[in-house]
Amino acid sequence: MRAAIAGDENAYHKILSELSTVLRGVVRRGFAGVGVPRDDVEDVVQEVLLAIHLKRHTWDQSMPLGPWISAIARNKMIDDLRRRGRRHEVSVDLTEFDIEGDDQQAAIDARDVDRILDGLSEKNRDIVRSVSIDGHSARDVAKRLGMTEVAVRVALHRSLKALSETYQEKKT
Amino acid sequence: MRTEDLIKALAADAKSVEPPVAQTLATAVGVGTLISTLLFLWTLGIRDNFVVSIETSLRFIFKFILTLSIAIPAFVLVRNLARPDFKPGKYLWWLALAPLVLAVGVVSELIALPSDAWRANMIGHNSIFCLIVIPLLSLAPLAAVLYALHNGAPTHPAIAGAVGGLLSAGIAATLYASHCPDDSPLFLAVWYTIGIVLMTGVGALLGSRVLRW
Repeated sequence: MRAAIAGDENAYHKILSELSTVLRGVVRRGFAGVGVPRDDVEDVVQEVLLAIHLKRHTWDQSMPLGPWISAIARNKMIDDLRRRGRRHEVSVDLTEFDIEGDDQQAAIDARDVDRILDGLSEKNRDIVRSVSIDGHSARDVAKRLGMTEVAVRVALHRSLKALSETYQEKKT
Repeated sequence: MRTEDLIKALAADAKSVEPPVAQTLATAVGVGTLISTLLFLWTLGIRDNFVVSIETSLRFIFKFILTLSIAIPAFVLVRNLARPDFKPGKYLWWLALAPLVLAVGVVSELIALPSDAWRANMIGHNSIFCLIVIPLLSLAPLAAVLYALHNGAPTHPAIAGAVGGLLSAGIAATLYASHCPDDSPLFLAVWYTIGIVLMTGVGALLGSRVLRW
């Protein structure tokens, strides 16, 4: 994580991947018995990853990383449960959909792309899609769109902030 | 969006990291204090006999011991409250320092003064002015602290806001103490306390609203 904070993209990718696996387990266990559908678990995992990303400057590097990650995950899970508590009646039936399987996951992922990326401008959506789904580098995207690499990075960062805020808005 | 795609996007954004939140907070408090200090010097200014008072009046010095016993623990605490993994718990006892200092001051004053002078010392010369000025001088530091906390990730928004309000009032009281003609701990115990408690409440209220993330 130290290397990641120093700007090492590969180290960062590696630790986020590892964290996502751990977080999936943590969120699933935390939500067990509350009747939270599986796609919502993935939603919260993504929300936690975004929060880790946008708040990584709040990790005091002289402290252990574990409690910091847990605190962020906990905060996001509590938020999600609070949100759920408000419309509990509506969500009761959703437990019926709690089926294991990748197909369902894919369908839900698609819905999320539409819902969340829709909030971005066309260009920003293009940038996010290129670096995430297509896995291009910021430099390649910059070349293709005729922008500077810095501008692409700024647009990417703003878009990620916007994604995080989209999650926030769902809270009301 | 698939989680692995999101991770790719986050990794591509690895270089966007902001300065450590403790640093942002220290800078913000510095800027907020500077603004209030300039406002203070421009409108009120330190009192004429400041130097003489420092040299001769224990009561005058006590005012700063008290206000700093508020501001310094509050600063250390709020810096920790900006990070999510901090559990305030027992650390909140640091805030008991100022009431203890005040209690010592008040008891000493009650012993030092004849009882018929207590009332006059408590009421002082311009209590209403004091009530207004401390909250006003708190505004810039409070805004700065809330901005820095918002940049952080407090998991106890109301407590973080309250301690931020306390810190800003501690800064304001330190400034105002150098102007205010009333030096009796009895005066501080009533009028300073009202302004400081008020700003702590304002901080808690604002914190619980604007510090969620």
